[in-house]
Amino acid sequence: MSIPRQLTASELPPSPEGGEARSSGSTVRLVAAAFAENRLAVVGLGVIVAMALFSFAGPLLYHTNQVSPNPSIADLPPSGAHLLGTDSQGYDVLGRLMVGGRSSLEIGLAVGAVATVFGTLYGAVSAVMGGATDAVMMRLVDGFYSIPALFLLIILADMFTPNLPLLIVVLSFISWLAPARLVRGEALSLRTREYVQAVKVAGGRRGRVVWRHIVPNAIGTIAVNASFQVADAVLALATLSFLGLGLPPPAASWGGMLSDGITYLYDGYWWQVYPAGIAIVVVVVAFNLLGDALRDSLDVRLRRR
Amino acid sequence: MTKYLLGRLGQSAVVLVIVSLVIFGLVHLLPGSPAKAELGIKATPQAIAAFNRLNGFDKPLWVQYWVYVDHLFHGNLGFSYDENAPVTQLFMARFPKSMLLVGLSLVVAVVLAIPLGVYQAVRRNGVGDYMLTGASFGLYSFPTFWLGFVLIALLSVSLHLFPPTAPSGNSVFAILADWRGLVLPVMTLALVSVAAFSRYMRSSMIDALAQDYIRTARAKGLSERAVLMVHALRNSLIPMATMIGLSLPSILGGALVTEQVYNYPGVGLLFFDAAGRSDFPVLLGLTLVGAVGVVIGNLVADIAYVTLDPRIRY
Repeated sequence: MSIPRQLTASELPPSPEGGEARSSGSTVRLVAAAFAENRLAVVGLGVIVAMALFSFAGPLLYHTNQVSPNPSIADLPPSGAHLLGTDSQGYDVLGRLMVGGRSSLEIGLAVGAVATVFGTLYGAVSAVMGGATDAVMMRLVDGFYSIPALFLLIILADMFTPNLPLLIVVLSFISWLAPARLVRGEALSLRTREYVQAVKVAGGRRGRVVWRHIVPNAIGTIAVNASFQVADAVLALATLSFLGLGLPPPAASWGGMLSDGITYLYDGYWWQVYPAGIAIVVVVVAFNLLGDALRDSLDVRLRRR
Repeated sequence: MTKYLLGRLGQSAVVLVIVSLVIFGLVHLLPGSPAKAELGIKATPQAIAAFNRLNGFDKPLWVQYWVYVDHLFHGNLGFSYDENAPVTQLFMARFPKSMLLVGLSLVVAVVLAIPLGVYQAVRRNGVGDYMLTGASFGLYSFPTFWLGFVLIALLSVSLHLFPPTAPSGNSVFAILADWRGLVLPVMTLALVSVAAFSRYMRSSMIDALAQDYIRTARAKGLSERAVLMVHALRNSLIPMATMIGLSLPSILGGALVTEQVYNYPGVGLLFFDAAGRSDFPVLLGLTLVGAVGVVIGNLVADIAYVTLDPRIRY
């Protein structure tokens, strides 16, 4: 391993000033550069794009019936007519994988977005308000953090009949805590910077501080966390489906396919289990890789290794 | 130190109050009302009024919360009408079994993760590091139930090494006597944590290896083994205490799923069965206990952290 050495002034990353997100260029350019230098991030993004194409464009090319069960063609092994066979309801597995991927990705991305936006604003507002408000807001986060998420998720999913928008709300409800804590941490250090002080002196409102300074400066942290949030949401949705609290039939999801198929795993119907199981793991790995690689690239300390 | 401990205790107390408020709030979020949730939607107004009077739901909210907290302090977590038993009694009957599962998995996870993380940190960016990183990413991305079924398919159905179901003994001793049945559940729950713990151990060790005192240790001619084991490892272990504390909520969630997969008669299975029949007193009572466990776990982890690290003095 390399021995860490003292950095000279020219090697040190320029310190942000004047309210710019980074003085070395726009966020978009920074992220583009991060991708260019990190092959794993490209792999992660590539897999995500491929899976999205498969799920959203796939059904346009590969027409299958995914609405009405057809017992006469149930449990067929893979063949020319059904490339990945059929399941116990007579649905084509490959076609169902596409349709299921759509709801899994939609829910995952929606939860990632909702949780990230709400958590970011919550954390930033908490830090900017400071004092007692900050303390109360963060103890609330601590409290929710202490309740095992899966327990809360099951109770909420049990209280209401699950459907797509509701599942997004319920999953977001347990996902906003991490971004809230992360952004508050970032915002606490940003709050004391001179350019933020200058906004206050100039009579700018707190809303302006949050929108124009804290959110853009914390965007790296936020983007990295959003990627992990999507991965976690896809996993949580699969677990809910396994526990029978996911999308009700005939709606398809990878978790639902996996938990339906698992009953028959030991009877040799492998095509009803492994495709969906592998799809979940591949997509979750891809989002985790993307987040991890982005974090390495955006982390100034690690960037200069 | 005393001041830190008191402050940290106070913080935990505040968090517990918030947890109790959240769970108390959930009781009132129940569709319709707690009475309708319990008695069914066709309950007569008289039955609802009687139920509300019996449970104090006809009093103002703050009185109800006060009664709720008073009950908690007396060990009363509520009453399950479906099981016709107090939640506390149901919980206590299952608790030792879940403790056994969670405790064993935690030990296995830590024992596996530490050498893995150290190896990866020392051979950073080598082939072994990349392969282990890949493996831990994969493991981390497995839904717990799916991992359980893959292990059953592989080690039980194909290789006949271990039974596919957990021991169903009534006492902890009966379960331990049937240890072969415990292997797969413990492994399932441990493997998911190993992935996260070894990643954390790796970065913690890399941080430790970059410190000046490591250079000093090498410069004064210590063997590489002594440098790693005495200087780097011991210091990088300290942050693991926090990591274990922070991962408690997800471990409890994992235990719930694992118990369901292997039909292990612990608190998780009790929770799952209660969810199946919408037995909300059990669900909310167990959630509260889980949260209290997490708060205590984090408190212990934080105290361990400051005790283990002689550099931190309050």
